[in-house]
Amino acid sequence: MKVGEPKEHIEHAHLEVLEKTANTIRQDIIKMLLEAGSGHSAGPLGMADVFTALYFAVLNHNPKDPGWSERDKVFLSNGHITPVWYATLANAGYFSREEAVGTLRKLNTRMQGHPHVGTTPGVENTGGPLGQGLSQAVGATLATKMDGKKNWTYCLMSDGEHDEGQIWEAIMFAGKNKLFQLTGIIDRNNIQIDGMTEDIMPLEPLKDKYEAFGWHVLEVDGHNIQRIIEACQEAKAIYEKPVIIIAHTIPGKGVDFMEFEYSWHGKPPRPDEAKKALAELRTLKGKIVSEHE
Amino acid sequence: MNDARLNPKLYDSEVEQVPTRDGYGDGVVALGEKNPNVVVLTGDLAESTRANKFQEKFPDRFIECGVAEQNMMGIAAGMALSGKIPFVSSYAVFVPGRCWDQLRVSVCYSKANVKVAGAHAGISVGPDGATHQALEDVASVRALPNLVVLVPCDVIESKKVTIAAGEHKGPAYFRFTREKTPVITTDETPFKIGKAEVFKEGSDVTIVACGPLVYQSLVAAKELEKEGISAEVINNHTIKPIDKLTLASSAKKTGAVITVEEHQINGGLGGAVAEVLVENYPVPMERVGMPDTFGESGKPEELLEKYGMSVKKIKEAVKGVLKRKN
Repeated sequence: MKVGEPKEHIEHAHLEVLEKTANTIRQDIIKMLLEAGSGHSAGPLGMADVFTALYFAVLNHNPKDPGWSERDKVFLSNGHITPVWYATLANAGYFSREEAVGTLRKLNTRMQGHPHVGTTPGVENTGGPLGQGLSQAVGATLATKMDGKKNWTYCLMSDGEHDEGQIWEAIMFAGKNKLFQLTGIIDRNNIQIDGMTEDIMPLEPLKDKYEAFGWHVLEVDGHNIQRIIEACQEAKAIYEKPVIIIAHTIPGKGVDFMEFEYSWHGKPPRPDEAKKALAELRTLKGKIVSEHE
Repeated sequence: MNDARLNPKLYDSEVEQVPTRDGYGDGVVALGEKNPNVVVLTGDLAESTRANKFQEKFPDRFIECGVAEQNMMGIAAGMALSGKIPFVSSYAVFVPGRCWDQLRVSVCYSKANVKVAGAHAGISVGPDGATHQALEDVASVRALPNLVVLVPCDVIESKKVTIAAGEHKGPAYFRFTREKTPVITTDETPFKIGKAEVFKEGSDVTIVACGPLVYQSLVAAKELEKEGISAEVINNHTIKPIDKLTLASSAKKTGAVITVEEHQINGGLGGAVAEVLVENYPVPMERVGMPDTFGESGKPEELLEKYGMSVKKIKEAVKGVLKRKN
């Protein structure tokens, strides 16, 4: 498939390819976390479908020219899920999958433990300390608006990082300035390090809060690639407001023993666990496709 | 005299006094005229930071962020990554005080081309009291890699600092003061980031100062001359990258050094100079500045007197360090 122009609609065959790509990205995530010996498992697996939708169907970008001035930009605010970013960028052709899988978190690597702009091709922002990504995405969108350009800015956030005040400062600012060229996507997996988000610091009603701050809100099944793509397209049709897509996801998606377990937030699989995870993901290839038939 | 080409009326009792923040307003306007990518942000402090001068001239390139400094710093980073040259304008107690993490991660680590202007720095903010007297800002940013740190001594140097920071590629922090302070320099006074300037030559002791207290240092040096003490005065406007050569050469010549700054004695100019001298040319040294305490309300001159940043204290420090000189 061609990386570039957003598709008018997703044909079934095309969707199948995307779902296989998402599965490959999940396998690469498991492999790179095993190789690295540290890192986060649940978040990257949970966001594999959203990343696939963005980089293989939504974004206007060029992996052979990461600095292309007309590109759409992706900012990752919750930088700890960067294994999914690296795996996606590698599969999209920004660098080799060997580099992504083999060098994550190692000395002299371009695959830093948390994303760093300038180090990794395709990485647009530095992130990790939570709550900082949306402000940067807002700044990029503002620059786009000032220059009269038409490219889009996407900001991926975790639900847990909405504990940070800075996120709400940015939400307020984007609402005030009607930054319609900004689309936020929240990984609503309901977990954070110490437990469930609604126990640690309740976020609901999240939709109402965004609407009260002047945003247009869409909610999707974060594992339904077709719905994610449709939501991103719908977001482009909203001219008055920035759009937030609340993507409901399953942490650890695709690996049974990781799903819904917040204990998998911040640790990598051991060799035996990785083997089991990869086996599950390989047999899942058919299963995911059948879900949408 | 030397080639510093200072204000000829510097030592007049009626020396002209202007707040250094005025130079920031003029500087960003001058930059804005030359470069359409220059943008100015403020956190509800347009007038008192003098960012309003830019706002009046370039309303489309002026961004009001409200009282939200963390977001403002992040927006600036995002704009810089998209090719803009953002100037973040607030009080030094808030930038970097309120958003040091954003300055570290979003700006410095990313090498985002953001300029941070901390206004109302120092104890001379006066009546507002300790909460608003930024006396730790230089120490708190000096440890950050990729950041240039500048402290202009008067309104003319403020404008030069603003323009030089705008033309420098990479993050920069600079601080200004609220109150009117003497005009020390002229348009002809040399200024270059990273180059300390000898404003008065001397042979017995070196006074390294930054900010408006350069004036008090020069007055102290002039008075010491009558007592037979020849003091060299260096305007060390660039705290980072610091001018090791000028500092070490002067220490070698005079054999004793004091530092003078409107900042905590720990971690600011005094700390930076001490690091340079210890490694390059150790000599007896004393630091004049805020003595590791918080300030209080009062008139600027009363506070400078009470907390030991006056001409009298500078002279005492000089005499103290001379006693320790071999």
